[in-house]
Amino acid sequence: MVVMKSEKFDYFINGDNGKYEVVIGLEVHAQVLSNSKLFSGSPTKFGAEPNEHVSLIDSAFPGMLPVINEECVKQAVRTGLGLNAKINNYSVFDRKNYFYADLPQGYQISQYKNPIVGEGKVLLDMPYGSKEVGIERLHLEQDAGKSIHDMDPYNTYVDLNRSGIALMEIVSKPDLRSPDEVNAYIKKLRTIMRYLGTCDGNMQEGSLRADVNVSVRRVGDKEFGTRCEIKNVNSIKFMQMAIEYEASRQVVLLESGKEIDQETRLFDTKKNETRSMRSKEDAHDYRYFPDPDLLPLKLDQKLVDDLKKSLPELPDKKKERFIKDYGLNAYEANVLVSEKEISDYYEEVAKLSDNKLAATWMMGDLFAMLNDKGLNISNSPISAVDFAELVQAIKSGEISGRIAKEVFEIMIESGDSPKKIIETKGLKQQSDPKELEKMINEILSKNKDKVDQYKSGKEKLFGFFVGQVMKSSGGKANPQLTNEILKKLLKG
Amino acid sequence: MSDITNQSLNQIIKRIKTKEISSTDLTKAYIKNIEGAKKLNAFVTTTFDYALDKAKQFDNKPNFDQLLPGIPLAVKDLFCTENFKTTAGSNILNNFVPSYESTVTKNLWDNGSFLLGKLNCDEFAMGSSNETSYFGNVINPVGDQLVPGGSSGGSSSALAADLTPATIGTDTGGSIRQPASFTGTVGLKPTYGLCSRWGIVAFASSLDQAGPMTKDITDCAIMLEAMSGFDEKDSTSINKKKENYSKNLKDNIKGLKIGIPKEYRVDNMPKEIDELWEKGKKILKDLGVELIDISLPHTKYALPTYYIVAPAEASSNLARYDGVRYGFRSEKGKDLIEMYENTRSEGFGDEVKRRILIGTYVLSSGYYDAYYLKAQKVRQLIKRDFDDNFTKVDAILTPSTPSSAFKIGEKTNDPVSMYLNDIFTVPTNLAGLPALSLPAGLDKQGLPLGLQLIGKPLDEQKILNIGYAFEKNCEFKNEIKKWWS
Repeated sequence: MVVMKSEKFDYFINGDNGKYEVVIGLEVHAQVLSNSKLFSGSPTKFGAEPNEHVSLIDSAFPGMLPVINEECVKQAVRTGLGLNAKINNYSVFDRKNYFYADLPQGYQISQYKNPIVGEGKVLLDMPYGSKEVGIERLHLEQDAGKSIHDMDPYNTYVDLNRSGIALMEIVSKPDLRSPDEVNAYIKKLRTIMRYLGTCDGNMQEGSLRADVNVSVRRVGDKEFGTRCEIKNVNSIKFMQMAIEYEASRQVVLLESGKEIDQETRLFDTKKNETRSMRSKEDAHDYRYFPDPDLLPLKLDQKLVDDLKKSLPELPDKKKERFIKDYGLNAYEANVLVSEKEISDYYEEVAKLSDNKLAATWMMGDLFAMLNDKGLNISNSPISAVDFAELVQAIKSGEISGRIAKEVFEIMIESGDSPKKIIETKGLKQQSDPKELEKMINEILSKNKDKVDQYKSGKEKLFGFFVGQVMKSSGGKANPQLTNEILKKLLKG
Repeated sequence: MSDITNQSLNQIIKRIKTKEISSTDLTKAYIKNIEGAKKLNAFVTTTFDYALDKAKQFDNKPNFDQLLPGIPLAVKDLFCTENFKTTAGSNILNNFVPSYESTVTKNLWDNGSFLLGKLNCDEFAMGSSNETSYFGNVINPVGDQLVPGGSSGGSSSALAADLTPATIGTDTGGSIRQPASFTGTVGLKPTYGLCSRWGIVAFASSLDQAGPMTKDITDCAIMLEAMSGFDEKDSTSINKKKENYSKNLKDNIKGLKIGIPKEYRVDNMPKEIDELWEKGKKILKDLGVELIDISLPHTKYALPTYYIVAPAEASSNLARYDGVRYGFRSEKGKDLIEMYENTRSEGFGDEVKRRILIGTYVLSSGYYDAYYLKAQKVRQLIKRDFDDNFTKVDAILTPSTPSSAFKIGEKTNDPVSMYLNDIFTVPTNLAGLPALSLPAGLDKQGLPLGLQLIGKPLDEQKILNIGYAFEKNCEFKNEIKKWWS
């Protein structure tokens, strides 16, 4: 459902025979945040030496049995609740059977027919309005290990650190229609999961990857076209590039009267193209069946209710509240809830200063500085309390906006509080009308000729006088008062 | 002293406790027997030095309060034993030395016993005659040309030949009870989940269950008590209080109701089996038991159901034997796929390959619903048959096997006739129920025959009690001449 706003949705591919719409569905693999793996006690920490975090279970020694990690189950339920999805109190772990060197058991434990989470939805903010994307399901599964092919010319090495780590596979409905929507969808999922603390969303470390299903159809067609699945894409940029390439490829095929083969494809990031990996005929027969080593997973409704009660406020709710309680506009609210840490920072600053000014200054100078330095809000050199003091100083008229920028720079360098900087550097705004009037009178008497010109109609000179006042006050003169007094005196 | 090794475990324990014999002398006696019984091929690995060392430790600092004080035990080579080779009777694991101990064997050792050796078995416990082992077939001490049953054939042979005072096996479709029946010994398959599967090389996870194989019921109760118990490392393990089976053993079974299922009278069953069954009924009746004719209508589907479910699970369980991380790896092959193919072709024997193929087939897309799913439904019906009847009876009495021990090579070319051996034993695995095979008589050739007592879930004590009373009144004597030494 697309509610049209000022801008219109316009991602179409033009062929000779008409306009095509791109239909996209994502299977996102999100690594569950947990201390240990889905079915073993091995640690999940990233960056260990190869095969350092591998138990007998992870490496599938004879007679080893999986035991479900309760925390991973809770994380999946939390995520399901965050996606407004149905939690299935009965779910089953199945074996997905295939041979590969980095799959020690010869099967992956996954959930096939009975996933732990059913249908849900996610809201996206697009320039053309709010868009709802359906979630088909979320299930828990084990990650595989890693095959390393480039360490030796003749051998492949296997690292099983990742083997057995819990993943949530989040399957969307084919509701996405453009690379921009994919970008918004992934970011929204990531935000929700980071709010919930169920996935760190770190794409560089592989915590979030996706299989992308792409098909095209003529605008107006009711039926979906044949889809291709692009496997294991690990950045939003690559997803977007892969979709663009793949959609165009499919349109070219259709335009030339050919059919799309349903197949699995790989995205070559160097050549920026997708390549066939295997056709439908060569598709694996995974021979799914319920894992007899594990009993069906039965969730107590009380557990689900308790988890629901303990959920943090999620971005959609928080955005509404920011608009209502802080008087922010939708854009500001959106930016400020995009990361939980940012929203926390904002709320702290707003409480100690001014809602609107806090938003403006955070989204302006603070974000620009963090961006410049490659930092994020959690390791910002300026604390929320100090930043609030700065905003409050602007708000109260103690310093001007221009001076505030100066103070801000000094805060970054020195780490001092704004108060201290304003005091020691004497940056406090001159807001005493008497003193200002005295200073302005002096300036006017020094520039009699200009005053005369002004009075005879050259009103543009007003700016000159303001400049002189600022120069003489070292920028500290209260601009508003300066204007008022200047106007009064020039009239006389 | 007369030969200690032909006594039952509980008699031996008494003698250890009264210090009539030391653990070291006991261990030496078994080692002597084992060394003289190479012909039987019951052992894959012996751990004599280790056993003597442990025996010496026990004698230096004996703890007589333990259930198995200073007792050497050989176990089926399907149980992973720390630092001792564990082969599962397969070439693919012929060099595999676990760094861990199975829960069941650990329980035995924690009760005062120690490892004497690893016993031959059918490859991955797939077989009914111990002829599929990579380490050669095992011979039944009952007769030179006879199979000891399978898959726990090394266990039954070693026990009957006095090479171990008691032993443990695993039972997926009859692998404890059928060899017990063939050797005139007692074998118990406990309720699914009573003994942990952790550290046992898996065949079919939803059916596998470890259990004791002993010379009499008292020994069986002692061993079950020692080996069973909840294990959080096995998700299918049952969390319940441990029971004192040996202490609670009673021979008063008056007033119990025992069901006699008509479906266990199969076509072409030798007359002797029928006569044995009648004999069993009479003994129980004389003990004050009420016999009730019952019907388990889905029994005839048990064998086909079993031969879908078990291979399906096996095909997946055995996928880990790929030559990548441990075990045998073929040196032939130019890439990963060829390495897999050659490793598994050379590493597995024919019966294992047959079952992997069957299992892969029944799980394949397009066949799953017709085979695997349907088998799971039938499995529920078989279980319901038992549930329905257990509202009326305390236990069920059937023959253990449709015949006595057969000749080596007799059935190797006819898998179906081999599979038919399990006809009376598989239903209880499918239903997860406890079942006891106890020696009940001899056929015309003097070969032992067993009867089976099937109990309600977790009702091991009751079938042990019935077996105990039966044993006292059966006058069965297993006369094995030590022809091999």
